[in-house]
Amino acid sequence: MSTSTMSRASTSAPALPPRRRRSAARAGGFGSTFTVNALLILGCAYMVLPVVWLFFASTKNTADLYGTPAYALGEPAFLDNVMAVLNQDGGVFLQWMANSMFYAAFGAVLGGLISVMAGYAFDKFQFRGKDSFFGIVLVGVLIPNTATVLPMYLLASVFGITNTIWAVLIPVLCNPFGVYLARVYSAAYVPAETLEAARVDGAGPIRSFFSLGLPMMMPGYITIALFQFVGVWNNFMLPLVMLQDQKLLPVSVGISIWQGYSVPQPEFTPMVITGSLLSIIPLLVAFIMLQRFWKSGLTAGSVK
Amino acid sequence: MLTQASTKPSTAVQSATRAPRRPRAMSGTGGRTAALFLTPFFTIFALAMVAPVVYAMVLSFFAQQKSGLGFGEAKTSFVGLENYLQVLQSETFVGGIGRLALYCLLYIPCMVGGALAFALLLDAAVTRARKLFQLLVFLPHAVPGVIAALIWAYLYTPGVSPIVSVLQTGGISLNFLDNQMILPSIVNIAVWEWTGYNVIVLFTALQAVPRDVLEAARVDGAGEIRAAVSIKLPLILPALSVIMLFTVIGTLQLFTEPSIISKATASVTSTWVPNMWAYDAAFNRHNLNQAAAASIIIALMAAVLSWAVTRFSSRNKA
Repeated sequence: MSTSTMSRASTSAPALPPRRRRSAARAGGFGSTFTVNALLILGCAYMVLPVVWLFFASTKNTADLYGTPAYALGEPAFLDNVMAVLNQDGGVFLQWMANSMFYAAFGAVLGGLISVMAGYAFDKFQFRGKDSFFGIVLVGVLIPNTATVLPMYLLASVFGITNTIWAVLIPVLCNPFGVYLARVYSAAYVPAETLEAARVDGAGPIRSFFSLGLPMMMPGYITIALFQFVGVWNNFMLPLVMLQDQKLLPVSVGISIWQGYSVPQPEFTPMVITGSLLSIIPLLVAFIMLQRFWKSGLTAGSVK
Repeated sequence: MLTQASTKPSTAVQSATRAPRRPRAMSGTGGRTAALFLTPFFTIFALAMVAPVVYAMVLSFFAQQKSGLGFGEAKTSFVGLENYLQVLQSETFVGGIGRLALYCLLYIPCMVGGALAFALLLDAAVTRARKLFQLLVFLPHAVPGVIAALIWAYLYTPGVSPIVSVLQTGGISLNFLDNQMILPSIVNIAVWEWTGYNVIVLFTALQAVPRDVLEAARVDGAGEIRAAVSIKLPLILPALSVIMLFTVIGTLQLFTEPSIISKATASVTSTWVPNMWAYDAAFNRHNLNQAAAASIIIALMAAVLSWAVTRFSSRNKA
């Protein structure tokens, strides 16, 4: 039996591993399975408990926060906290959330498309200097974001666009790693024969990209867009440096301002906590729903 | 590189079999079409990366000098490498670099080691539970750095923190936010944020390890741990070196966590790490030229480090 699975595994490797691994785990015996699972549960607890704490803390008012056990419910103050968050400064929190959503979606959709187009061109077209151009992209991948934030601010102030949405929107379109990923996806998903057939039928390169290449690369596009969305949503230094107007801030910077208030005024603390919780819910939902895509993105980025 | 190798043979085959149509096929894949697809990206790249860095370089060679008692208009004059010297001679900047180095020494082994251990455990776990574990372990990555730092700042604060109170009932009084503990405390935040992400990367690489090799090792009497160390580990080295590269680049970005924590404790100064130093130079000390020089130094350090990591890992592979 084991020889037959082995020979089948070598012909169609991707389909079979799960079954074979289960038998391997059984061979390890009860003791080691128990240890493995116990250690995994311990690790997951470390990952999950801080977020769970945030849930519990958001149900408490300031007194209970300091007075009741951390993982116990206090006087149910959750709705009060939410209302306080939403009403502070004339509902500025919702504005921050909307800003975050807009910046992140803009970067994800448009920045993702720009990356996908470039990656597709690197994969499918032949042109002079291709390797050097791709080298530039790779250099871009290696430059840490924060190292360019202050230079960007300095340049943006020359053009007078600091404290406008453009100071955030232009930088978030730049995603060299997305180009790299898109090249991998284009090679994997778009067969050259299909494009060749489209050319024979008289479709120009732009038409065949939008009607064939892009739809075929859609999973890759979604993955790149998802990562870009998360990157922009999580970005802190860029908006912190670029924006002063409270109405333009994304939620990350907004909450950090409240945190600053909460040092002299403890009544801000429940708002910081509840606001934090509200601000991570969209991302948690996106991650759980789009599991397939982030997993494939991590695969493409690491194996190559 | 791989993709190129795979496209070249196929175009060769096409041109051989479809020789008559060749000129037409070439017309849609040449430089002009490529330019059309690449222009948006490289325009943005030039605007958001090249131009700012070049401008910062230019600024870094100048200084604003006020005449007399500091009244009157500031004059801009060329000072050569003066700003760089000032930055590198600044005790706080050099201290920040030392702190960052210490942070790397603590963070990289903890995070990469933790991620590796977790991925190997996950690879050995029962199939059914694996999906749930993956989701849970990835959860922190969905939490923005600001929020992660905020949560942990509360988890370090006596009175609010369940950790501190558990330790206290055990007779241990530990102040996570004092001068000695603050660096490990910030390392822990980063470990929490990034381990899960890298677990998934490594786990994916582990799944590509051929199962018959493992089976053979098991038949020969190798236990789980032996198989992990002498078979799985060497086979996922490429993925590990990619992780190392991105981790090293990532550590240089350190800014969000310490700046959030700095509001909760005096142990983190406003110039705690190089990025905070540059920020402080620009917005508190209003010395944009010095801030520009500091940014260039940080970018150069990143370039040198990532070059070193790539060199090191490619030698490892060979």
